[in-house]
Amino acid sequence: MIGLYRIDDRLIHGQVVVGWAQRLGIGFIVLVNDDVRASDWEQELYRMGVPPTIELIFASVAEAAARLPEWERDRRCGIVLTGDVDTMVSLARAMPGRRCVNLGGIHAREGRSERLRYVFLTPDEAVKLKALAAEGVDVSAQDVPTARPVPIAELV
Amino acid sequence: MSEKLTGVVVAHTELADALLAAVAAIAGDDTGLVAVSNRGCDRTALLRRLDEAVQGRPALIFTDMAGGSCAFTAAHLARARPDLRVVTGVNLAMLVDFAFHRELPLDAAAERAVQTGRAGVGIVGR
Repeated sequence: MIGLYRIDDRLIHGQVVVGWAQRLGIGFIVLVNDDVRASDWEQELYRMGVPPTIELIFASVAEAAARLPEWERDRRCGIVLTGDVDTMVSLARAMPGRRCVNLGGIHAREGRSERLRYVFLTPDEAVKLKALAAEGVDVSAQDVPTARPVPIAELV
Repeated sequence: MSEKLTGVVVAHTELADALLAAVAAIAGDDTGLVAVSNRGCDRTALLRRLDEAVQGRPALIFTDMAGGSCAFTAAHLARARPDLRVVTGVNLAMLVDFAFHRELPLDAAAERAVQTGRAGVGIVGR
């Protein structure tokens, strides 16, 4: 099963492999990013950050959309990780019944405004996330497991 | 004599600043070290911040966690720059030693930092 669908522009880092992975007892992480999927060198770097007890799977957006049901059926608990809102929105729509999307880290960039210390959104990103929530997906911001989940309605 | 090495410490939140303050308290102000925080940065912003700190100089980049976003970004920068090396698992012992050995060639300085850092980790009183 997938225990966490997370948007985090730092992708693999401490909050994910230490914080969330330990809290959820994670057995695998799926990193969904077309550029990383095509780069052996970047994959090697990301593997350095993941303990050997956790399987790290690299997937393009298209591959991830096709394999989501397989990962949902996995006996282990996993995390699906994207670096941007658009990718997660497309995955969420590819997996009907998906209930939760976690905003873990979307940092400042031109055109974005601060919604939380670790969540900055463009108006377009905010609209897309709000639309996802309107479709029944629980969209909330929570950087670490001990933090309070902040519903998207409080951010847009 | 060739240019002395610069050391750039890139770490989570305020850790790099705190380490540099501790190094200065021990080794004085001329340490050749610069601090970079990842606070508020995605990888692109951190890469820019790190590149600015290096300023085109030959440098050792010290990062906190191997495999963390700081180490990842440093590795990205160093991949295109033969005059940079990345050392993970920064600690105070390696930084203090680096401050006194900045004249070493880049690879020798990196190796020394790793050895000094490891030598500074142990169990006391057993």
